[in-house]
Amino acid sequence: MVGGLFIIITSQNYLKKVVGLAIFQTAVFVFFVSLAKVLDGTAPILTKMANAYSNPLPHVLILTAIVVGVATSALGLALVLQIYKNYETIEEKEIESLELKSDK
Amino acid sequence: MFDIFLDDAPALVVVLPLLISAIIAFMPSKIWPWIVSIITLLLHLFLSLHLLKEISVSGLIIYEFGNWEPPWGISFKIDGVNIGLQLLFSIFVLVSTFYSRKIFLNEIDYRDSGKAYSLWLLAVGSLNGIILTNDIFNLFVFLEISALASISLIALGAGQNRNALLAAFNYLIIGAIGATFYVIGVGFAYAMTGTLNMNDLVIQLAQYSDGQLAIFAGMSFMLIGLMVKAAIFPVHIWLPPAYSYAPSAVSTLLAALATKTILYFFVRLLYEIFIIYPSYLSLFLDFVLYPLSLLAIFIGTVIAIYQDDIKKLLAFSSIAQIGYITLAFSLKDHSGVASGFVHIFNHALIKGGLFMAVGYFAILYKDRVTLNSLKGFGYKYPITSFALLICGLSLIGLPLTNGFISKLYLFQALYTNQMYFSIALVAVSSALAVVYFWKIVEQMWFSEVKFKSEKEDAYIYLPIWIVTISIIVFGIYSTPIIEFSNLSADYLISGYQN
Repeated sequence: MVGGLFIIITSQNYLKKVVGLAIFQTAVFVFFVSLAKVLDGTAPILTKMANAYSNPLPHVLILTAIVVGVATSALGLALVLQIYKNYETIEEKEIESLELKSDK
Repeated sequence: MFDIFLDDAPALVVVLPLLISAIIAFMPSKIWPWIVSIITLLLHLFLSLHLLKEISVSGLIIYEFGNWEPPWGISFKIDGVNIGLQLLFSIFVLVSTFYSRKIFLNEIDYRDSGKAYSLWLLAVGSLNGIILTNDIFNLFVFLEISALASISLIALGAGQNRNALLAAFNYLIIGAIGATFYVIGVGFAYAMTGTLNMNDLVIQLAQYSDGQLAIFAGMSFMLIGLMVKAAIFPVHIWLPPAYSYAPSAVSTLLAALATKTILYFFVRLLYEIFIIYPSYLSLFLDFVLYPLSLLAIFIGTVIAIYQDDIKKLLAFSSIAQIGYITLAFSLKDHSGVASGFVHIFNHALIKGGLFMAVGYFAILYKDRVTLNSLKGFGYKYPITSFALLICGLSLIGLPLTNGFISKLYLFQALYTNQMYFSIALVAVSSALAVVYFWKIVEQMWFSEVKFKSEKEDAYIYLPIWIVTISIIVFGIYSTPIIEFSNLSADYLISGYQN
């Protein structure tokens, strides 16, 4: 999780920022799924073998969150593509210097 | 047959815009998406009025999706807290959609208008979901739908200025971090209580009466996440570029309603749930929210003075105005929360009106509106300029406008809490607001060059004047806004005192 945040903050490349965001979100998904584990529990399927089941609800929540995460990444990548078409670079520093030039 | 629909009104106000948005995305023509949106939003307003009628009878509606009883199913809750906001939302969205048509035709390719209105309705539906939902995870989903829809709308501004892409990208990254923080908080809350329903959460949390570290950590994560989304001062940096490079119609919608709905949920979380731990709440309000609000008011206003670009100026003044709202909410008593809600209503109208007027100027001038470009606009386009003047005076807080009512209630609330330092600071920053607004007025009316007046488009100045007249009307006859705000505060604070 911290690794993902670190990538978002430090990297100068917009593409890497999107990747960092995806890692950050995935870490949170894993955190949710780990909450659901019940000791000795099995998957929540009705069988005679099992005495304890893992909690399925966090899995369902994360399924929703994954969909949201995919949409976020897709939109982020689409924006990076558009930025590349307009500026011909996706490095933060180069774009900043381009903007400074166009202001003058 | 009609009654079946009315029974489902709480769900329909959210689902209807979402459904229609999927349909109009494929409409190629230039006018039909707009007509369908207007019809949808008229229905939306009708449903909101129906909800108001129901609420005035019963006082509380809990709508269970698929008849799954809470805490298992997702539910919507409508009560005194959100009915006022729901009504304002419905009306303002209708007015700004009416306004948006000519603006979109000028600012984006007309072949894209189907897609633009699809995103527009998506944003409307999901923001409405934030107002009504009673489930903390459901809120995250609506938060993300509205964020993604508004990011795409902001990126449509790229046809005018490519900076819009950078603004949208920054909003995406910062917004997604905020939302993920919120989800971590939800995870902690769920791990401790096993519930996501807000009413049930209060009951379950009560068993940890002296508090647990995991709960405090979760609460802090949730609050920080929402603060990012609501652009409360130190985490506001995504807001000014996003508002100023978005197409003007989009800035209107976002500035007036997007941050307001999230602020509303923020305060509901504070006073409905976290109230169980008064020591944590007062720690957060006194040492985090209160100083940050003061900083936001002061710094937002000062930065606004130095802006040359009018839309950026308005965006920074939004930061300051959000500061006023959070300052009111940090007061922990009835008068504070009520004055916060008063300012939510009034500021939505004021900022909406200002962005509408500036958006029209941008089209007339065919470039970004800077201070210099406004020269002589007061004579050139008198109808719109006069509306801008009234909205601006209301932003400063002159009597006979609704901005005065907000300031009056805020001062009253601060006075009863004996916060004289904040009163002084709010007064000073109101005076500073005069400085930046005077710069605009000076350019518009007091430049040497005189222009003849030109024809203005009635389709555009009509909605601007609807907003302006409502500003004056609510400045003189403020009872409806005051009553809705007091109602909201009654519901929230009654939980606080028990």
